[in-house]
Amino acid sequence: MARVTLRKLVKNYEETPAVRGIDLDIADKEFVVLVGPSGCGKSTTLRMIAGLEDITGGEVLIGDEVVNDMPPKDRDIAMVFQNYALYPHMTVYENMSFGLRLKKVDKAEIAKRVENAARILDISELLQRKPKQLSGGQRQRVAMGRAIVRDPKVFLFDEPLSNLDAKLRVQMRTEIKKVHQKVRTTTVYVTHDQVEAMTLADRVVVMNGGVIEQVGTPNDLYHFPATRFVAGFIGSPAMNFIPCRLEVAGGGLAARLSPEIAFPVPHAREARYRPYLDSGNLLFGLRPEHIVEQRPHAESDQHAFEVPLEVTEPMGMETLVYFEIGGVEVCGRVNPNAGAQSGHRMKLVADLANMHLIDAASGKVL
Amino acid sequence: MALPLILIIVLLVGYPALFSIHMATLNKSMERFVGFENFTFLFSRETFWMVVRQSVVFAVTAVVFKALIGFCVAHFVHNIPAKGQRKWRGMLLVPWVIPPAMSTLAWLWLFDPSYSAFNWILEGVGIAPVNWLGDPNWARFAVILVNVWFGAPFFMIMYLAALKSVPEQLYEAAAIDGANWWQKLWYVTLPMMRNIIAITVLFSLIVTFANFDIVRVLTAGGPVDQTHVFATWAFKLGIESSDLPLGAAVSLFMFPILAIAAIFILRDINQRGNEA
Repeated sequence: MARVTLRKLVKNYEETPAVRGIDLDIADKEFVVLVGPSGCGKSTTLRMIAGLEDITGGEVLIGDEVVNDMPPKDRDIAMVFQNYALYPHMTVYENMSFGLRLKKVDKAEIAKRVENAARILDISELLQRKPKQLSGGQRQRVAMGRAIVRDPKVFLFDEPLSNLDAKLRVQMRTEIKKVHQKVRTTTVYVTHDQVEAMTLADRVVVMNGGVIEQVGTPNDLYHFPATRFVAGFIGSPAMNFIPCRLEVAGGGLAARLSPEIAFPVPHAREARYRPYLDSGNLLFGLRPEHIVEQRPHAESDQHAFEVPLEVTEPMGMETLVYFEIGGVEVCGRVNPNAGAQSGHRMKLVADLANMHLIDAASGKVL
Repeated sequence: MALPLILIIVLLVGYPALFSIHMATLNKSMERFVGFENFTFLFSRETFWMVVRQSVVFAVTAVVFKALIGFCVAHFVHNIPAKGQRKWRGMLLVPWVIPPAMSTLAWLWLFDPSYSAFNWILEGVGIAPVNWLGDPNWARFAVILVNVWFGAPFFMIMYLAALKSVPEQLYEAAAIDGANWWQKLWYVTLPMMRNIIAITVLFSLIVTFANFDIVRVLTAGGPVDQTHVFATWAFKLGIESSDLPLGAAVSLFMFPILAIAAIFILRDINQRGNEA
């Protein structure tokens, strides 16, 4: 087991920067997920940790050792690839034991470790099969088994669930979490799926354009995003962003979203937001789950407003409603029994205790 | 749907094959049925067994070297950055593109007893000239060399295609598993290429075994029939000596030998199936 440290890590492909000097400390036994859109540098970062990409600048440490120039085989890591990368001509047993056989580990020890990993992953029955005889989920388990038998310092996962269908993905996500709870190995996991990131990670690292936007627990990122990018990336449907300006109203502050709608700013935030009274470049951010149907007993910081609904999307356990504020499409989540209908007006409430104010120029959440 | 194909096969393969079997059972003047007489006659001749030996040595040696050289060159080309790779691929294919009868004429000049460029080089470094096409062993070497020169690019292009189809992630997984260069080749590259290697070897074995033009142009089977292969000897007996039935009998001997090789190789491929 070991911690992983990235110091000012840089990767350039010829003149194109892919990773622009990131710093990250991953604690021993921690499950860290790197998440971000395509091309954000997350896979490149993982591959630099694995030793599959040369490092342009900075350092990668596994344990206390700088491994920049160490070949992958000497880093004591195991990796699960997006396409599983199982050797098609080998049986499951041979695939799982390949690394140990190369290390000339004793045959009895290899058998013990493979059987143990197979038991953890529930693939004991498949050991004599070839990869082509396995389903996608089974292949994924074998790929994980190959990593587990090596008992490495660090597990690296490169979008391991991307090739599975939606149902299997959810199932395998739980499996991965269970395996981590059993083996407690430091894990770095790359995905573009924010739900995967939120559900699996002890800490999530959100990357964008080769830099780290924010590092935090799933709850921190959800409730306290540092930037507009993180606020928009985490959560589904995405957070609503509506251009606004601050104004003084009724002794306090209000965020004016349109000539008809202005939301009062919670008192606790007034001091923080007051310096931006004259700023003409602000965004009001509120998640769809914080825009709900009006209920009989309003809580403090809840502000009612009425809008014509453009579209409604019944999801079963909730209904998504879409409407316009200040020319921007806004989404809310209402009770399916609240009677939301496209083309009809509806009374909604915004839970302003969860609002965010964002400086549109810098993208920082204020 | 399949009728045109069946017609083409019957006309271009079935009829000539059956006709040559029929012809091999006739006497020299093609007037009388003699059964297996032509075959028993061939078995009794020492030249026949020499041709069998030479055909096998020629085909097996040439295919082995073509396969080895093709494999090495394919690796070399595969590792060239994509930008310059096309040029190399094109240049290395040239020997295979030139009609062999024509390129063998150039080789004939290189081996010429009076003007041999090879001998000129050898003399330059103080080595006595070699009678390339007059000495039986050197003549055998020469026909194999030219065949390898002509056929290696085919192996190269087939192996290159096979190499490109091996997913890069397998090598990365092997690198993480601790495989060195040799172990990656042995445990990843070769098993992934096995079917292509087998098919290419089989195809080349058939073509090399039935080779005619290189031996015909370079040595015409000489010196003293020492470099004859089945096709050139069948030509000599059938066309030059006007004994078509005997020539047909010689050419028919290629079939069982190639059929056995094909059965073994195809069975192996079939057993492995498509593992990818």
